[in-house]
Amino acid sequence: MARIELKGIRHCYPARRGEDPVWALEQLDQVWEDGGAYALLGPSGCGKTTLLNIISGLLTPTEGRVVFDDQDVTEVETTARQIAQVFQFPVVYDTMTVFDNLAFPLRNRGVPAAEIRPRVEEIAAMLDLTDTLGRRAAGLTADGKQKISLGRGLVRSDVNVIMFDEPLTVIDPHLKWQLRSKLKQLHQQVGTTMIYVTHDQTEALTFADRVVVMFEGKVVQVGTPVELFERPQHTFVGHFIGSPGMNVLPAREDGGRLVCLDHDLDALGSGATGSGTLEVGVRPEFVRFAPDGIPVRINKVDDLGRYQVADVEAAGQRLRMIVPEGETIPSEDERVRFDPAHTHCYRDGWRVQSAEAGA
Amino acid sequence: MNKLQNQKAWWLVVPVVILVAFNALIPLMTVVNYSVQETFGNNLFFWHGLGWFQEVLTSERFHASLLRQLAFTFTILLIEVPLGIAVALCMPRTGPWVSVCLVLMALPLLIPWNVVGAMWNIFALPDIGLLGNAVNSLGIDYNFTQQPVSAWVTTVVMDVWHWTSLVVLLTYAGLCSIPDAYYQAARIDGASSWAVFRFIQLPKLKRVLTIAILLRFMDSFMIYTEPFVLTGGGPGNTTTFLSIDLVKIALGQFDLGPAAAMSLIYFLVVLLVCWVFYTLMMRNEEN
Repeated sequence: MARIELKGIRHCYPARRGEDPVWALEQLDQVWEDGGAYALLGPSGCGKTTLLNIISGLLTPTEGRVVFDDQDVTEVETTARQIAQVFQFPVVYDTMTVFDNLAFPLRNRGVPAAEIRPRVEEIAAMLDLTDTLGRRAAGLTADGKQKISLGRGLVRSDVNVIMFDEPLTVIDPHLKWQLRSKLKQLHQQVGTTMIYVTHDQTEALTFADRVVVMFEGKVVQVGTPVELFERPQHTFVGHFIGSPGMNVLPAREDGGRLVCLDHDLDALGSGATGSGTLEVGVRPEFVRFAPDGIPVRINKVDDLGRYQVADVEAAGQRLRMIVPEGETIPSEDERVRFDPAHTHCYRDGWRVQSAEAGA
Repeated sequence: MNKLQNQKAWWLVVPVVILVAFNALIPLMTVVNYSVQETFGNNLFFWHGLGWFQEVLTSERFHASLLRQLAFTFTILLIEVPLGIAVALCMPRTGPWVSVCLVLMALPLLIPWNVVGAMWNIFALPDIGLLGNAVNSLGIDYNFTQQPVSAWVTTVVMDVWHWTSLVVLLTYAGLCSIPDAYYQAARIDGASSWAVFRFIQLPKLKRVLTIAILLRFMDSFMIYTEPFVLTGGGPGNTTTFLSIDLVKIALGQFDLGPAAAMSLIYFLVVLLVCWVFYTLMMRNEEN
């Protein structure tokens, strides 16, 4: 059990000959509180796995320190860090039984056999593996194997953190749900810090209390699922989280006022001064038909059952809006309004914090 | 339903049938034919039933060469397989030395078998050969042309030199195909390097080692050229392995019947051993 702190981490893989080195992680400071359920969310190649391997010690960062509680472990071997990691593809020791697999980390650490048996049985019961303890691990299905990988982490009572690197990739869809709720339940049971890496927003938002969104080697936002949804700090977060993603529309400054879609949106309170590319972001959930709004043309409406998604065009810009069930779509002189509380202004991709401008 | 029947496509396999018949079936059946007949020359053959098989199976000469053959094969397997695994484990997995190592390993495999025999013959000669001379000057009495033990050691060392590379290359390929995650998981689980070898590498190498052992078994069981060039089966009969003996009977003495019966027995022994070994190794794969 420990609080994990990353201080000024940067990492760069050795470059191929003739190529400039690329930073897989650019300047990262992050604290993982003890006992938290975190999700690390981001597209493939954004540095999630690199970050995970730095915490587990499989990689040594080019710059920066890794601190567990108050102890600097940057140079400490993986084995000594007391962490557990579950990989994308299930790793089991094929020739061993399920029992031996679960007992393996304990045996390697010289735990007496008398203590191993009850501990393994306890963990097997938690993971519904009791019936298979005597079987060879190689014969299990993918989800069974993934449970073993997880069990090898849980079996040690002293782990600081359990990390999951896209653990459900090879699991059948109907078992994904089961395993995911199992993980959530286990977190409540054992209280160990868990970091769950995924590029799937549903997985991240259902598992985690706090979601860390990464993009191109940087952490762009850390927050609860609600915060990520309502106040995306970066247009990437807006795009990436939510389905459909946030509408991001080009905007400009005109005489100190924010103009978007040929309309004065200064009411949002941007305080839009200074240089940089300006954009306005609004989620489809917060675009509504309103008689006094911006005129639009409806291109297409998709009925998704509980709601409809309308694809509309305003001043040459495409935007999507969600029309809740029961609300009718006007047939002529369509106009829309953005909910001012949920419309944000972005400069160079980052949200402009403008409390002073009010609403 | 009127389904049109047209079996003419069968004619398309005729070329293959002819080819296989010409290069495999007919020669094999010729051998079978010889093995059940007696001849006194002049192309006159007489039915002899299973007489030749009985004779071969009860002959002390056959027992002796079969025993020598088994001893040789198991000796080289016992050396080449562990040595091959050890060398493969030491080879670098990345970096500029990979290709250097691979080329070095492949070199012995590229040398024709009779050249290997000739090389080692000269290399090991006690008076003028570098190896033979060096061993003798160390005070060890070594002469492979006259001492059975020396002849055996030289044959075994030559085979190890020639063929360990095959085991190395196959094992290396097997090692390279183990995903990194296994090694990472082992580090997280605190496994020692012995445990990594025992529980990750060895199980993952099982299939490739099965292939390596089968290939080495079959090849060494049929070894002919190298010992023939090196020792000619001598001194006496001490390095006369099955193939060498077979050639002596078939071509040296022109006893077609016994030679044919021996070939078939030989073939069946190889087939049987391979089948038993493969079945045992793959027994646990299904479940």
